[in-house]
Amino acid sequence: MGTDPTPTGLTRPTRAPGGIGVSTLRPDGTLKVTGEFAYSSDMWHEDMLWGQILRSPVAHAEIVSLDVSEALALPGVHAVLTYDDLPTAVRHYGLEIQDTPVLAHGRVRHHGEPVAAVAADHPETARRAAAKIKVEYRELPVVTDEDSATAPGAPVLHPDRADHHSHRVPHPNIVHRQPIVRGDADAAARRADAVVRGEYVFGMQDQAFLGPESGLAVPAEDGGVDLYIATQWLHNDRAQIAPVLGLPEDKVRMTLAGVGGAFGGREDLSMQIHACLLALRTGRPVKIVYNRFESFFGHVHRHPAKLHYEHGATRDGKLTHVRCRIVLDGGAYASSSPAVVGNASSLSVGPYVVDHVDIEALALYTNNPPCGAMRGFGAVQACFAYEAQMDKLAAELGLDPVEFRRLNAMEQGSRLPTGQIVDAPAPVAELLRRVKARPMPPERQWETTEGADIRQLPGGLSNTTHGEDVVRGVGYAVGIKNVGFSEGFDDYSTAKVRLESAGGEAVAVVHTAMAEVGQGGVTVHAQIARTELGVDQVTIHPADTQVGSAGSTSASRQTYMTGGAVRNACALVRERALELGRRRFGSHHPAWATAELRLEDGHVVTEAGEVLASLADVLDDEVIEEEREWRHRPTRSLDPRTGQGDGHLQYSFAAHRAVVEVDTGLGLVKVVELACAQDVGKALNPLSVIGQIQGGTVQGLGIAVMEEIVVDPVTAKVRNPSFTDYLIPTILDTPSLPVDMLELPDANAPYGLRGVGEAPTLSATPAVLAAIRAATGLELNRTPVRPEHLTGTG
Amino acid sequence: MRVTFTVNGRTRTADDVWEGESLLHVLRERLGLPGSKNACEQGECGSCTVRLDDVPVCSCLVAAGQAEGRDVVTVEGLAEHARHRAAERGRERDVPDTDRPEPATGGPRTAGADTLAPVQRAFVDAGAVQCGFCTPGLLVAADDLLARCPDPSDADIREALSGNLCRCTGYEKIMDAVRLAAARQEGS
Repeated sequence: MGTDPTPTGLTRPTRAPGGIGVSTLRPDGTLKVTGEFAYSSDMWHEDMLWGQILRSPVAHAEIVSLDVSEALALPGVHAVLTYDDLPTAVRHYGLEIQDTPVLAHGRVRHHGEPVAAVAADHPETARRAAAKIKVEYRELPVVTDEDSATAPGAPVLHPDRADHHSHRVPHPNIVHRQPIVRGDADAAARRADAVVRGEYVFGMQDQAFLGPESGLAVPAEDGGVDLYIATQWLHNDRAQIAPVLGLPEDKVRMTLAGVGGAFGGREDLSMQIHACLLALRTGRPVKIVYNRFESFFGHVHRHPAKLHYEHGATRDGKLTHVRCRIVLDGGAYASSSPAVVGNASSLSVGPYVVDHVDIEALALYTNNPPCGAMRGFGAVQACFAYEAQMDKLAAELGLDPVEFRRLNAMEQGSRLPTGQIVDAPAPVAELLRRVKARPMPPERQWETTEGADIRQLPGGLSNTTHGEDVVRGVGYAVGIKNVGFSEGFDDYSTAKVRLESAGGEAVAVVHTAMAEVGQGGVTVHAQIARTELGVDQVTIHPADTQVGSAGSTSASRQTYMTGGAVRNACALVRERALELGRRRFGSHHPAWATAELRLEDGHVVTEAGEVLASLADVLDDEVIEEEREWRHRPTRSLDPRTGQGDGHLQYSFAAHRAVVEVDTGLGLVKVVELACAQDVGKALNPLSVIGQIQGGTVQGLGIAVMEEIVVDPVTAKVRNPSFTDYLIPTILDTPSLPVDMLELPDANAPYGLRGVGEAPTLSATPAVLAAIRAATGLELNRTPVRPEHLTGTG
Repeated sequence: MRVTFTVNGRTRTADDVWEGESLLHVLRERLGLPGSKNACEQGECGSCTVRLDDVPVCSCLVAAGQAEGRDVVTVEGLAEHARHRAAERGRERDVPDTDRPEPATGGPRTAGADTLAPVQRAFVDAGAVQCGFCTPGLLVAADDLLARCPDPSDADIREALSGNLCRCTGYEKIMDAVRLAAARQEGS
């Protein structure tokens, strides 16, 4: 390494290659296509044992007796743990309310609740041992909906929590409730020329990520444990795990193993504590991998909901008022139900201006499977209902549904029902205009010169139709989703950035605890570092708990928050590098004394683009490292009675146009095209952004026409915990997905970006429903739509 | 029991295999080949797709004993398989090395791929990989399609890949990747 500065006077391009705004490829892409990327279920350790969970076969019961002796006696079994084996007094966990037992104690509250954990030397031995555990259940009556949960004499699911939120809930089987009252809905309703009411039912959706819950816990010599795990938030997992193990947090070291999708389903703990307990008990590494059947019991689902809406408008198409009541089924444990209620209520009227609202959202405790986070988080259910209402009201007024929406569309400066002002671009009308202006896909696209290509018909390869009963419909929808954690949550992220010279070149290392779940955060972090530090080589350090919290990979927040933290840490590193340069080379050139120096293409350059030195020369053998926390601007809680308050940080808007073909004879739907327009603020990586929008769109398509966890209304048991019976869209069910990206910067956000991942999941569902209604003339107030709803036989 | 079969051109033996184990389990847990994935283990998702005697199958539905003496190709051997096939067709060509720095991934293994099959390269280039859990199975299925049908229509692609679930991408980029691989194949 010489210390001579690079010759000055050269000009260089001002855009970092591989920096932000460019569709750089994923750093983990090659590993993922060769099969070498290590997912949580791929972990392996010498001497490892296999863990297996025994789950309750009934939804609500008292555990009369529990006998593990036969299971323990089975050769190859190393441990069987029940509630009584838990090492400390902390025996519950939870994201917001610690009401979830690590292992059931005296009572089970939902089908599939963990009762015991086994470790054995072969997964089949572990399964057989679990089956040998003798549990005697005395079944209790189940509560499954609002009526049964709040009826006089209904069993209280969490008597010890009956006082929780008691000031805001009318019954102990209600987890959380949020009213929002603004203006005078009664007076406004009297001014309405048209009023429409509807009751809507939203089914239970599952995240159905492909990588099942799995991980490896390795006991450590210091009495602690190392956990390799797929999760959305390492530090929050650790905060819930350590107290149960009786360990200080620094003895629970967590490393993110490869994550096979998340979508909200990895926010709650699954097998983390069980694996650690078994590892510490046996002194051996323990691997747990759920199979798909168990995965359906191993994570929370999207809340099913019943939504009652009343919308009114004047003859000229202006909304007068909205009244609504949203009842979310939270299932047996709280999970993130309170926050979901906050979202559902605050976003319940959608991206429209409504001065007079009377809103109530609540989440129940029932004996159904626990529900919590899933992409769209409370806003999805509301969007399904308010968009159906907007179509209904437009029809009542004789207005075009898109025109009616544009008449009432929110803009920058508009207020939410909470009174919060939307202080960034809100191009709702423009997004609708764009999806509407797209050319239509050709009619009867299945007709070829050789006859019908049945693969393109509803029902496709089953050869059930040649198009005789097929009708087409078009539908539109638009939605609003908040970005980031709301209601006063201390939402922050941390990044550590190192800059050093290696092989004559400046290189950067970015270290965060961000959970890469497939969204492409690792790609974006490298892009940010290249842009901010002007380097080409950026290494992404594996995510672990050796660095501060990055918060959750959820709420469309991670590029905003951890991207912001990386940018912030890079800025500090850059300042230190320039300071170093001034010390080393300041005497070589007067420009070193100016404030406006940049790092570009491995060099320090002036504002005019004149090169002062190579960054490698500036660094020489010095290593610059900065770790910093970064917070977004504060939000506030919502008033418990009026719901007023600046609860949200940022909003994300997407609109869809769905074109569907329905076989009215068979009750089958084929979505022909699902076009999306979304404002992303700034696309840091356009290819990744479009991938997110398309993926979110198809999850919205799924809940429209096929996805539902079916819970028996009498027994509260899950009927379809498999990919055989819980259907997610295949490539045959999926249409062309054109995406139109707007980039209107949000001045408050890093690079002007907006969270992207969730908004498309909101509007896709109601757009498909609207198109099916347009095709069939049916009312269709529940989702998913099933064949019997379309043929009038169900 | 002992099971011996050929995997990615090498003879491999697994001992102490329980008779109920699937080929997928043996590949992943006994032979150190976790590339084939375990998303459902009930034949519904295609993430465990391998070639068994040159036919794509769900390895989760193949009993380990059924593989005895047979020939298996997994995603780990796909690049070599594609090269071999190209050579057989007398048009071997260089597949460009990957030119991107690879990070460590938090697991026990590190990157070692220096060449990719055309379909693997196309998946990376087209943005068809997000979480990547469905990718290995899709690659085996897509590679098989392109070998059988070098110029597939969109309907052909959708039909061929209809047994492979993906939850991240919405499939559009996967379509792009297969189209890209087909076009590059055509142009070579």
